[in-house]
Amino acid sequence: MIPVSENPSESETGIPAVDATGLPDHVTEAEIRESAAREHREKLRSFLTNWQGLTGLILVILFFASAIFAPWLAPYDPNALDVPSRLSGPNLEHLAGTDQLGRDTLSRILYGGRVALYIAAIGVSVSLVIGLILGMIAGFGPRWLDSLLLLLFDTVRSFPTIVLALATVALTGPSLSVVLAIVIITSIPQYARVARTATLTLRNTDFILAERSLGASMTRTLLHHVMPNVVGPLLILAAMDVPVVVTVEAGLSFLGLGVTPPTASWGTILNEGYLVIRDAPWMVIAGGIPLILTTLGFTFLGEALRDIFDPRMGKGR
Amino acid sequence: MLYYLAKRLGLSAVVVCLVVLVLFSLLYLIPGDPATIALGPRATEEAIARYAEKMHLDEPVWRQFLIYIGNALTGDLGLDVFSDRPVTAIIMERIGFTLALVFAGMGWAMLIGIPLGCLAAVKPNSWLDRVTGVLSVGTIAVPSFLVSIWALLIFAVHLRWLPAIGAGEPGDFSDQLSHLVLPAFAIGLSWVGYLARMVRASMLEVMGENYIRSARAFGLHPRRVIFGYALRVAILPTITLIGMGFGGMISSTVFAEIIFARPGIGKLIFDAVMARNFPIVQGAVLVATGLYILVVLFSDILIAWFDPRVRESL
Repeated sequence: MIPVSENPSESETGIPAVDATGLPDHVTEAEIRESAAREHREKLRSFLTNWQGLTGLILVILFFASAIFAPWLAPYDPNALDVPSRLSGPNLEHLAGTDQLGRDTLSRILYGGRVALYIAAIGVSVSLVIGLILGMIAGFGPRWLDSLLLLLFDTVRSFPTIVLALATVALTGPSLSVVLAIVIITSIPQYARVARTATLTLRNTDFILAERSLGASMTRTLLHHVMPNVVGPLLILAAMDVPVVVTVEAGLSFLGLGVTPPTASWGTILNEGYLVIRDAPWMVIAGGIPLILTTLGFTFLGEALRDIFDPRMGKGR
Repeated sequence: MLYYLAKRLGLSAVVVCLVVLVLFSLLYLIPGDPATIALGPRATEEAIARYAEKMHLDEPVWRQFLIYIGNALTGDLGLDVFSDRPVTAIIMERIGFTLALVFAGMGWAMLIGIPLGCLAAVKPNSWLDRVTGVLSVGTIAVPSFLVSIWALLIFAVHLRWLPAIGAGEPGDFSDQLSHLVLPAFAIGLSWVGYLARMVRASMLEVMGENYIRSARAFGLHPRRVIFGYALRVAILPTITLIGMGFGGMISSTVFAEIIFARPGIGKLIFDAVMARNFPIVQGAVLVATGLYILVVLFSDILIAWFDPRVRESL
């Protein structure tokens, strides 16, 4: 939430002294712009001097780049079989070794990043949007609707994620879209809760009351006035949610309940490595590293952003 | 307090009913005959007919639901498709392994994490504080199923210090204990980080309060001030965190049980999913979720017990 700035004359008289441009007479528009720009520069500088934030940013860029450019970066086709050199250790030809079918692990890791990126990008953005809308409705709507939605969120949150996923996959069979659906459904409540709390505090502020008394529709009030003030903390939450989503995908694929073979995913690589863990330990090591780097990157980035933009949010964790 | 208790219990009961409803309707959301879906493609005609009769599939859906919820409340979760044994009995056999694992994992994480957080908060910016900070971010960042796999690789396969699979011989306590070490380590590790961070943050806040200064001015021993006065208040957010995080704990328990082939609830669900044994899946998921709801309820009541302000907010 952006704090509403108060100018001193207002607190003394109760009536803000305003000139023709709608600004208090002791500040000019240029001054306000200047001060806003200074604040932006301050924030950028404190981000750039924060080693955690920078490390996070670099890791996140690496994650995006390696997934997007996988076809150009990968030395081999991820599904190309090379049975004679199966289960070979890391060497110059295969930097991260090969699996039981002789497929190059490094290429599979790079392509596996695309699955993780796909799930993270779609899962996080869809659940953020739905959570935002539901949260604003809960915060702004009538009391009974609020209670009903809260009850629904509580119910969804009562399922341990993996357990819910197992129950669903038991019926539908493994597929990427089921993983996506699970990720979206289980992430919605946390966005909705944050959006709801923020909306509740906004609900009775003067500018919202003014907007409503001018006859603005509910949609207009929510979209133009409430949403911009609510969306900031949600974006930070989204950065922190990416590791969870990526881990759920990898975990389900590890259990054989996510992507179906021969598609490469970090989870399936770990699963194939787990099956040959006594003969080829490098596969579970190589398959785990990108997962850790991604988790670390988004966690660092999210925390740095939170510390800079919203210091109060940290208390809840 | 009594009013809060009644309200909180009522809320949990409603959530449990909704959870049962979700599990029940999953069967109907999937196109196809519920009996065939529930019993899987391997079921015989006879079994399907028996299941249809048992589940009252000829009744309207809402009646079926009422019957199901009534059965579930009286402890009847249906029959195993393959062995025809009651699901409740099978779950009861397995749940001990899961509970032991969860308590061991959470226990060692609390034993290490909470004192670590206290010490880090007492001397901010000391080397211990820095090490704790790096350690907690590090342990949080590694997904627990990866910890399981790597712990298996290092301690069981490579160093051969501890057994890799199973839960140990029944009756042999030390053998069971040695089988518990690795999975408990794996699911507790990230909690050391969480707890240390959480305790450190709330401890720092509490240490600035007046009553702590007064306790110090009275000349109480620092250890008494920290553990007797500050920690009592600082632990509250941590209790909430443990309660809320218990769901994640169950998820990581599922992985640990599968990776270490430990015959608990998680392994039971997984094997049943693989065999498409839906009555077991439904029953075990219900029990696991119920356990989670119970823990959250317990932690909320505990908080309300400690902190009267919370009672007003429901």
